[in-house]
Amino acid sequence: MSLMSVSNLSVRLRNRQIFSDVSFDIGAGEVVGLIGPNGAGKTTLMRAALGLIEHGGTSSLAQLGAGPRAKAVSWMPQSREIAWPVSVETLVMLGRLPHLDPYSRPTAQDHARVDEAIGWMELEGMRHRTATRLSGGEQARVLIARVLAQGTPLLMADEPIAGLDPANQIATMETFARLAALGKSVLVSLHDLGLAARHCTRVLMLGQGGLVADGPAEKVLTPERLAEIFHITAWYQNTDQGPVYQPLDVIGRGPRSG
Amino acid sequence: MSRVIAALALAVLALFAGSLLIGPAGLGIGESVSALILGGDGPLPMVMRQIRLPRALLAVMIGASLGLSGAALQGYLRNPLAEPGLIGVSSSAALGAVLSIQTGFAAVFALALPVAALIGALLGVLLVLALAGRGGASLTLILAGIAVSALAGAMTTLVLNLSPNPFAANEIVFWMMGSLADRSMTHVWIALPFMALGWLLLGTVGRSLGALTLGEDAAAAMGVSLPRLRLVIVLGTACVVGAGTAVAGAIGFVGLVVPHILRPLVGAHPGRLLWASALGGAVMLLAADIAVRMVLPERDLKLGVLTALVGAPLFLHLIYKLRKGDL
Repeated sequence: MSLMSVSNLSVRLRNRQIFSDVSFDIGAGEVVGLIGPNGAGKTTLMRAALGLIEHGGTSSLAQLGAGPRAKAVSWMPQSREIAWPVSVETLVMLGRLPHLDPYSRPTAQDHARVDEAIGWMELEGMRHRTATRLSGGEQARVLIARVLAQGTPLLMADEPIAGLDPANQIATMETFARLAALGKSVLVSLHDLGLAARHCTRVLMLGQGGLVADGPAEKVLTPERLAEIFHITAWYQNTDQGPVYQPLDVIGRGPRSG
Repeated sequence: MSRVIAALALAVLALFAGSLLIGPAGLGIGESVSALILGGDGPLPMVMRQIRLPRALLAVMIGASLGLSGAALQGYLRNPLAEPGLIGVSSSAALGAVLSIQTGFAAVFALALPVAALIGALLGVLLVLALAGRGGASLTLILAGIAVSALAGAMTTLVLNLSPNPFAANEIVFWMMGSLADRSMTHVWIALPFMALGWLLLGTVGRSLGALTLGEDAAAAMGVSLPRLRLVIVLGTACVVGAGTAVAGAIGFVGLVVPHILRPLVGAHPGRLLWASALGGAVMLLAADIAVRMVLPERDLKLGVLTALVGAPLFLHLIYKLRKGDL
């Protein structure tokens, strides 16, 4: 079952072609990592696929109305905005908004989803604390819990693990894997190629104005592509503790694609 | 949360009763109430029904409008410094009223002034919407509001500047200070339809404002239509503030301070803050209007002056608390 499908997606912003001819499908049970150097258009790609900005080509999510889309996909933007000093629980409950009937209070099911999301992100201890007073990493986890509480089949997150400590980075990626095991899918942009190689079932590499590669990490992260797109060398090995991937050196910084 | 609402509602009722019972005529409680309800002949029912009742009703209506629209704008702009005057409606309504006083149109028929103010508010909001353009960005709205406010303010000053008639200038200055004195039930009836429409519009935005806590992008992805939300907020605010300014002049600080004070009491949720602020605004304006009658009864202290006098120190106190990190 396809949870999202984009074909020939292209975006021009202020007369600059960000990318063009991007096509891919995401089915059930996938953790898809979206990688690419700064300025390659990862955020733009996700926003276009959601239909939040003008784009060429088609995206199945953008074709849904705003209401059905909010039940099909949840979106965690890169800017971690928490405008008001609400409690963690209140913030996570915001994820249930698309499911509430007009002028009705959250049901027992909504509360159950919120509890579940809080449990998954291990936020029980800070449930009643004020979200704006948490540390940046803690706020990121609260916002991930909000996205989880939305309970959509597909979750899109823009660099959700940036700024988290290693344990929470790994825990978050494992949470995504648990969602995938439940038949949901995640599209997550990230810069840590090691975590992408270890935790993503599939990697999309964006660069040079288009989709460079799409497939399992070991097929996508070839030395040639890393040199061409990221200008780095890396060490990669499938060890008995899973795939280990370590970027090593920068190759003489040429003009980059962004 | 519901306790906050209940406490505020009780305060509104108590102050409303107080507003009906306190006045220069010095009537007893029993005779006042019976005159109000039973009516009859003589001066007493007239004082109660024609003077005190409209005054108390307008205090509730305008206070609620200012509190509600202040909370809605703060929630929409995600900025605790936003206030209903920001979108330029109150200054354009004031300009309409000022022009009607200056040209003598205000004296042509009884409701000429509020009607002129409403026309000013309407033109102001149309100009703001045209300047802000399509789309849902909040920044263009702020800029358009500031531009229209500045324009209307400049034209009001120009009218004062060129006014050949010192009495008209005096009347304009006093009118702009804001007051509920000597208003009639006709003022209530002219303001009520606009305000009711505005309350209905602003009453629908609570959830969208909640979603906006997470930023415009996240809210849009949760199904909030940002262009629609902006239109509803602008029209709702224009209705309530335009009608309020038309019948009572410019009353500042209520829409700024009330949401501020109540925010911590409702868990900072911008949706829950809406109705709490409406009640809080009614409380503040009823109390202020009682105060202007009691502090200097013979000097006709203006309501807008008092709300600013009370509001500004309250605001300073809030800034101080904010700086200490208590908020």
